[in-house]
Amino acid sequence: MSAATSAPEPQRVTYREACKLAIRAAILADPRVVLMGEDVARYGGCYAVTKGLAAELGEDRIRDTPLSEAGFVGAGIGAALAGLRPIVEIMTVNFSLLALDQIVNSAAAIPHMSGGQFAVPLVIRMATGAGRQLAAQHSHSLEGWYAHIPGLKILAPATVEDARHMLQPAIDDPNPVLLFEHVMLYGEEGTLDPAVTGVDIVSARIRRPGSDVTLVTYGGSLFKTLEAAESLRQEGIEAEVIDLRVLRPLDMTTILGSVARTHRAVIVDEGWRSGSLSAEIAARIGEASFYDLDAPIRRVCSREVPIPYAAHLEQAALPQAPDIAATARALVKGG
Amino acid sequence: MTDFLMPSLGADMEAGTLAEWLVKPGDAVKRGDVVAVVETDKGAIEIEIFNDGVVSELVVPVGARVPVGTVLARLGDTAQTPAPKPPLAPAVAAPSPPTPPSASPPSASPPSAPPPSAPARPRSSPAARRLAAARGIDLARMAGSGPGGAIVLADLEAPRPAAPRGDLAARRGFDPAAMRLAIGSAMSRSKREIPHYYLSETIDCTAALAWLERRNRDRAPPERVLPAALFVRAVALALAKTPELNGYWQDGHFQPGGGVHIGWAIALRGGGLVAPAIRDADALSVDGIMAAMRDLVLRARGARLRGSELTAPTITITSLGDRGAEAVWPIIYPPQVAMVGIGRIVTRPWVVGGSIAARPVVTLTLAGDHRASDGHLGGRFLAEIGRRLQEIEAP
Repeated sequence: MSAATSAPEPQRVTYREACKLAIRAAILADPRVVLMGEDVARYGGCYAVTKGLAAELGEDRIRDTPLSEAGFVGAGIGAALAGLRPIVEIMTVNFSLLALDQIVNSAAAIPHMSGGQFAVPLVIRMATGAGRQLAAQHSHSLEGWYAHIPGLKILAPATVEDARHMLQPAIDDPNPVLLFEHVMLYGEEGTLDPAVTGVDIVSARIRRPGSDVTLVTYGGSLFKTLEAAESLRQEGIEAEVIDLRVLRPLDMTTILGSVARTHRAVIVDEGWRSGSLSAEIAARIGEASFYDLDAPIRRVCSREVPIPYAAHLEQAALPQAPDIAATARALVKGG
Repeated sequence: MTDFLMPSLGADMEAGTLAEWLVKPGDAVKRGDVVAVVETDKGAIEIEIFNDGVVSELVVPVGARVPVGTVLARLGDTAQTPAPKPPLAPAVAAPSPPTPPSASPPSASPPSAPPPSAPARPRSSPAARRLAAARGIDLARMAGSGPGGAIVLADLEAPRPAAPRGDLAARRGFDPAAMRLAIGSAMSRSKREIPHYYLSETIDCTAALAWLERRNRDRAPPERVLPAALFVRAVALALAKTPELNGYWQDGHFQPGGGVHIGWAIALRGGGLVAPAIRDADALSVDGIMAAMRDLVLRARGARLRGSELTAPTITITSLGDRGAEAVWPIIYPPQVAMVGIGRIVTRPWVVGGSIAARPVVTLTLAGDHRASDGHLGGRFLAEIGRRLQEIEAP
C-alpha cells in the first residue's frame, strides 16, 4: 500500500511553539477568544510563547496588561461572565498568588454561588516549576494547591501534543480552567501527529506500559520519570509511567487500574510532599487499592525548602531520575 | 513477663522453623536450658533460654517458620505459679546475647502494661495477605523478600518446597540448597562490606609434629591429638598479644570479644559448612581443645549444635586438613574481624642452619578487617602463632 502523498507530514515543534499554535488557532477560530497578561503583546511573552501574535492578530486579541495580577485576572473573570472566552496568562504560578482571591473566591465560586446561573469560561495559563535558576519567588510548583479547589479544573500538559491540543477543550469548558506549563518544557521538541486534531481534558495517559511498578507523575517530571523507567528496564524492572495530564479532577480509574496490575506505586511530584497532590494520590490509592498493594506507596518530591538559586542546590532540591529509579527499585527488589 | 524470641544464629540467618518444643506451659526453666529445636539453614539447632522463669505461653506452634526476633514463647517470673490469667507485668524484650539476669521486679507492678497480645504477625503486603487468604497459606511460616523483609506476592508465587508439618522430619538435618544460599548471602555481605587484607606465613612444623608424636605414642587412635588442635591452641594463645583481632565490628567500631571463642569451620556431608565455637580456647589444654573439636564435629554432622555455639565465635579458623590445598584465603564471617586459614602440611625444601633440608611446613593465612586492624598487627599475630608452634609447652 502506498501512503497518500498529500497527507500532512508529522511536524517537529517545540513545546513553546505548540502553545503558540494552540493560542493562534483558538483566536482565529472564535472571535470571543482573547489573550491578556503582562508583556504578552509587544514583548511576546516572558517565555516568548506569544511572540509575533500581536502583530498578526492585533492588540484587541493579544492585550498587554498592567502589572496587577488581581486586576487583570479579575478583568478576565468579568469578561468571561460577560460572554467572552478569555485566556489570561500569568508569568509564573508564584505571581498568581496575588490573584488568589480572584481565582478561588470569584472564578471558582461564582458558578456555584449563582446556582449555575453564571458560568466562568475562563482559561488561566501560567508557568510553573524550577530548573532555570530563577530562585524561590519564580520556581515553585503550586499547581497542587489549585487542585485542592472545587470549581477549578487543573491541567498540566507535558507533551507537545497536549500543549497543542489541551487549550481548546479548556476554552470550551464552562468552568475556570488553569493550565500549567513547566518552564523546563518550553524548549523541548516533540512530534505533532497531524492525525491528532484534539485531546480530552479528562483522562490520564499511560506513557510507557510496564508490569512491575507504577510511576505516577505529570508535567516537568514526566521526562525524568521516563528516563528513570528506561534505566530500570536495563535492570529488568518494567515500570509503567502514568502522565496525569489532569490534576483536578484526578483520573483515578487509570491510576488504580495500573496499580491493580503492578501492585506497587511511586508518585513523582515536583511539589513539596507535605499536604500535597502526591499525598492526595497516595491516600486515594490506599483507600481504594489497599489489597492490591504489594509494597508501601512511595513518593519522590522536592525537598521541603524554598527552591534555591544556586544551580547545584536547585538540582539537589528537585526530584531527579536516579532518585526515582532508586525508589522504584527498592519497592521491586526489596531490601 | 519476658518474651523469648527467635534468636539470630549468625549474619546469614533471617528466619527459622520451630521444629520442636522441649518445654510446655508451666515448666520452670533456668538460664542456659535448651527449650526448643529450631530448623535453620544450618540444620536443627538447640536453642537455649537466657532467663530464669516459668513458661506461661508457647506462642509459635511447631512447624511455623518465623523471622528472627519473633516472640516464640512468654515467660513468667519464677516465683509465680502459672495461673490461667497471668498477672500483668511490664514486658521486657529478651536480650539476644547473654546478659546478666537482672533482679526480678516486685510482683505488684503497675497495671499499665497491655495484656499478652496475639502472636506477632509477620510483615506482609496487603496483596500477599489477600492471596494467602485465598489459597489458605499460613504467612507465619514464610520468609519475606520485599521492602523491610515483608512477605510479598513473589514469595507466595515462587515455586518453593512446601513445608507442611508432616514433612518436617524428612527435612531434619539441613537443606544443602538453602545453606548454599545462606553462605552466599553472608559471604557476599562480607566481601561487600569488609575491606579484607591478606597475609601469609609458612611455618616449619618439625617441632610441633615431633611433640605430637610423643604425645600420641601410647594412645589409641580415638584419643590421639591432631595437628589442628595445636594450631587452634597457638591461635588462641597468640590472640592475647593482638586482642584487636578477637571480636566484632559493630555499629561502626570494634568491640572486643568477651573471651577467646574460636569458630571452627566444619565441612558438612552433602555440602556447606558451619563454624561453631570452641569456647575459651585460650584456657583449654591441647587435649581439651581436641575433645571440643571432636564433640563439635560429631554434633555438627550428626546430632545438634546449640544456638549459643553458633553466635559465640570471636574469630574463625578454617583448616583444610591433610586432603586440602596448600593455602586458603578465607572470607571473614561478619561481624567478626579476622579469620585464620591453615593449609595442608607439606614437605618442602627448607633452609635450616644454612643448608637445605626436607621439612614439613604449613602455610598460615590471615584475613583481616582493615577497618579494625592493619597488616602490621596481622603480621605480628602470624609471627606469634609461628613462634608458639616452635615451642609447644605442656599441657
